Amino acid sequence: MGVNRFVIKQISVFSENKPGRLAAIARALQEEQINILAFSIAEADGFGVVRALVDSPQKAHEKLTKMGFNVAFTDVIAVQMKDEPGGLYEIAKILGQGGINIEYAYAYSGKEGAVLILRVDNVEAAIAAVRKGGAKLLESSLFQ
Amino acid sequence: MFWDEKYETLPKKDLGRLQLKRLKKTLAHVQNVNFYRRLFKDTGIRPGDIKSLDDVRKLPFTRKQDLRDGYPFGFFAVPLTKVVRIHTTSGTTGKPTVVGYTKKDLRTWAGLIARNMTMVGLSDQDIFQNMVNYGMFTGGLGFHYGAELIGMTVIPSATGNTRRQIEMIQDFGVTVIHCTPSYALHLAEVAEEMNARLDSLKTGLFGAEPWSDSMRRELENKLNVTAYDSYGLSELFGPGVAFECKERDGLHIWHDCYLVEIIDPATGEVLGEGERGEMVVTPLVKEAMPLIRYRTGDITMLYEDGCICGRGQKIARIMGRSDDMLVIRGINVFPSQIEHVLLGIPEVGNQFMVYVDRVNHLDEMTIDVEINRDFFSGELKDLARIQNKVVKALRDALELRTTVRLVEPGSLPRFEGKAKRVVDRRKDCL
Repeated sequence: MGVNRFVIKQISVFSENKPGRLAAIARALQEEQINILAFSIAEADGFGVVRALVDSPQKAHEKLTKMGFNVAFTDVIAVQMKDEPGGLYEIAKILGQGGINIEYAYAYSGKEGAVLILRVDNVEAAIAAVRKGGAKLLESSLFQ
Repeated sequence: MFWDEKYETLPKKDLGRLQLKRLKKTLAHVQNVNFYRRLFKDTGIRPGDIKSLDDVRKLPFTRKQDLRDGYPFGFFAVPLTKVVRIHTTSGTTGKPTVVGYTKKDLRTWAGLIARNMTMVGLSDQDIFQNMVNYGMFTGGLGFHYGAELIGMTVIPSATGNTRRQIEMIQDFGVTVIHCTPSYALHLAEVAEEMNARLDSLKTGLFGAEPWSDSMRRELENKLNVTAYDSYGLSELFGPGVAFECKERDGLHIWHDCYLVEIIDPATGEVLGEGERGEMVVTPLVKEAMPLIRYRTGDITMLYEDGCICGRGQKIARIMGRSDDMLVIRGINVFPSQIEHVLLGIPEVGNQFMVYVDRVNHLDEMTIDVEINRDFFSGELKDLARIQNKVVKALRDALELRTTVRLVEPGSLPRFEGKAKRVVDRRKDCL
């Protein structure tokens, strides 16, 4: 069970691709004083999924659901990267060598360096591969 | 059980012979109506030209508007002294339609209702509460006299005062109810509020508005009845035209009394068995108000298969109105088909909107449908899979490529009463 501390709850929000939807989500989070640590938008044919790492995922889920949004939790992991040329390559190489397939990823660069957020098909295997490769996983308590 | 076994189970050949005989008699009889005399004259067709049942296709249609134009008694083929009853249909647009009955018509009509009720196992052992309007609406008196004919104990409770209706069901030990499906749901809710048990009920006869199979399950669960679909329209006497038998897979229409055709509502072309289209009916035994090729506006199809109950060819439950039909790239599409497809896909809701546009001279149909809250995994690829599933199911059902847009749950308009789910924007670009 030691790996569970590395599993981070991302909120995924179904949204039609039309003006004002992101603003509605962002305002709701503001009203609840929820901080967004990282987020991305994935777009398909006429609709999309807004993905966000927030400091209180449960509260965000409740608030957005109450507003009528369709919200789900998705398990992701966060890997520390060096904020310098080659930082991403280092991590991607570890994942590749570990046979880990990335479904999607997004990244941010903050005060303590850069962070790569990963959605993978097999979370446990990914955690093992990253640790074996010597990279640092961020614990969910750091965010949430 | 049969009410009139001989006529209900006529072999195909005998039925055809009877239909032709009655059709010829009807054609002679409509000569008493100015509208038909003129129509025959204008089209150059003489009643004698109709030598086979297929020849009926040579005759022009009669439309609802024709009946309105004949207001009030223009379509009566007998003197008013022979007309013993008048009903009207609700006139949502313009004047109502008047229908008349001779004594014989009323006997025929009651006999058809008796066939239907006997077909589903009802008899003089049953206590029948008739919870529909008893006024100008044909449903009240129509069922009333049919039920009396087979000796049922009839309670003409009509509509309204639902609590009293429930008390009567309990106090009189009612076994059969007849009402609209929506009133039946209301009745079930009020009974629940009153904490009233309706243990004596066993059969529910529902009609006068379209209702789905999921509504059937709901009604059967809530009222603990077996629910049967009843079809009719005032122009063809009223209820009793077609009815489900115990198989509850399609409705038996009484072919000895009604000559049925299914046509393409856009072209008027007669369609084959198993093909969906508008039902056109030539009543074969009506005295006061005979009609030729009456366009019912109701969308159904003739079943190819027979029925183990031994009665004649069935029609499908009514799938919609021809007025709602869309022609997309030459293919007829009914909103009810779309609804049916969506009902079969749990990942999306049952609400929808249809937009039709013309892009580069081609019709494009776009369907907005809500994602079902419980099926959102958070993954874009799962959404794309659901979208593809809907596109594929629609293509299989409609034989058309459509664009499907997934929208947020609860975001589509909800309609009370008649739904306006189709926005045809092609007119804007002509």
